[in-house]
Amino acid sequence: MSDFAVEALNITRSFKDGEVKALGGVSLQVPRGEVFGLLGPNGSGKTTMVRILSTILKPTSGSATVNGFDVVKQADAVRRSIGLAGQYATVDENLTGFENIRMVGLLNHIDKSVSSRRSHELLEQFGLTDAGNRIAKTYSGGMRRRLDLAAALVAQPPLLFLDEPTTGLDPQSRQDLWSIIETLVEGGTTVLLTTQYLEEADRLAKQLVVLDHGKIIAQGTSQELKTQLGNTVLSLTFASTDDARRGAELVKDISDKPANIEGTVVDFTVARGPASAADALRRLDASGITIAGLALREPSLDDVFLNLTGHKAEEATETPVEPAKKQRGRKAKA
Amino acid sequence: MSVTTISKRSRLRWSISDTLTIAKRDLIALVRIPTTLVFAVIQPIMFVVLFRYVFGGAIKTPGNSYVNFLIPGILVQTTIFGAVGTAIGLAEDLQKGLIERFRALPMARMAVMGGRTVADLARNLMVIVVITIVGFLVGFRPTGSFVSYIQACLLMLLFAYCLSWGFAFIGLAAPNSEAAQAMTFPLIFPLTFASSIFVPVLSMPSWLQVFARNQPVSQAAEAVRGLMNGQPHGNSTWMTLIYAVIAIALLGPIATAKYKKVA
Repeated sequence: MSDFAVEALNITRSFKDGEVKALGGVSLQVPRGEVFGLLGPNGSGKTTMVRILSTILKPTSGSATVNGFDVVKQADAVRRSIGLAGQYATVDENLTGFENIRMVGLLNHIDKSVSSRRSHELLEQFGLTDAGNRIAKTYSGGMRRRLDLAAALVAQPPLLFLDEPTTGLDPQSRQDLWSIIETLVEGGTTVLLTTQYLEEADRLAKQLVVLDHGKIIAQGTSQELKTQLGNTVLSLTFASTDDARRGAELVKDISDKPANIEGTVVDFTVARGPASAADALRRLDASGITIAGLALREPSLDDVFLNLTGHKAEEATETPVEPAKKQRGRKAKA
Repeated sequence: MSVTTISKRSRLRWSISDTLTIAKRDLIALVRIPTTLVFAVIQPIMFVVLFRYVFGGAIKTPGNSYVNFLIPGILVQTTIFGAVGTAIGLAEDLQKGLIERFRALPMARMAVMGGRTVADLARNLMVIVVITIVGFLVGFRPTGSFVSYIQACLLMLLFAYCLSWGFAFIGLAAPNSEAAQAMTFPLIFPLTFASSIFVPVLSMPSWLQVFARNQPVSQAAEAVRGLMNGQPHGNSTWMTLIYAVIAIALLGPIATAKYKKVA
């Protein structure tokens, strides 16, 4: 068997008879036993990729194997070897937590008694024992995500797809989910995670791929990506927009990437934060430009996108998002 | 993990087991959501009371007491209304993303629709029992044999089951469950009211009689009424069976194709 849990080659996917291109040739290799991150804004093609790899959707072209099985020709074998959970927390609201997990067990063709036993174990593992006999409609957002994840694990799949597992969750629930994912990976599970949050990818994923408009625009370990992006963002606030423009021009050589000027705020991506900041301050002071504020921060997803693509992450959301499914007004209860 | 080749027999076994798992889930929902239970049970009881005591006195039904005319009709109407549940249920599952999630499971693909229609079949069976009891309470005394009563019930269940595949299509085509319900209404309304369910067709204007006499629901009502009351009912049993077979042969594949497309 291949060393990779997922191998995708040149996957493309178009919707609406080719009008909308969600994926434009994505290739991936996901190593076993670790978290692999698919990072990108809304509409970048992350979910489409997960839907193809989990056999929900067929690729327009390209091929992929999951746990060694072809996603198109051996879809059933793929389904038997994966679990899927995500931001929509697709649990059956009218069933109890226990019934939800058990149903997924039975549909995975696991014995009734084994399904029941596993359901109890998973409820306990995810802190849902007390809520296990309540219908899922009464669950909070965080509980629904945990239930969704528990159901995805009932067949003990070696590979788990997590599609934006923490989007819309409060910080505590997010932390809880992160530790659950870490525990799973320690136990040998491979996780393919999609996320919009750099912080999440950074914390969980060993290897990362950054998607934009259906194409991979960067890949590597999160450390490599950070180095590539410049470690720090130096953000200078000036007294006026005029000062901002002049100041940005004056110290533009502290970064090898163009500055992002927005009103009176100028962002530089710099390799050595404090040194660059001191340098910029000295030179601006010498030429008599007053600085109203200064901040050094870790690059955010916005900075990543700005650096890699020259456009902001939010702009990407204007591209039409996927097919009919989302227009059905599916509720993403958080 | 090993991919064992799955034999046809175990494939069939799993298809049945998956279908029953989904059917059970749908029935649990039916019991837990009060509105659907009311829609399924209380509404037909209201129709019984309304027609038995309010309108019934003004309706002449030669050859039968009105209550003996009415109850078989209400039974047919109720099982047809039950098919609306198929549309609403599927639209809801689709809307909530559940059908998509099911597709990532190694379950039989048709179990979602199969389970839904089987659940609706079970619901119809329950409603038949309830309406029969209510019917007896309001004076329904069928003059046919017990065996032909059972035959009538089976005919109704078969007819409604075949119909529910047509409504499955509506459920899959509707943008949401509310729309699914609204879309079924213009279909259900003429079929159940321009029929021999509540009044004899002969009391209608002649232009309407042609439709009202021959449409599937009237044929089913005629057959069920004839069987339950032990009266001649022409070829209506055969016509009902033919309509049922046409419905499933025509609508089944359409619904299945739609399911494969949207899910």
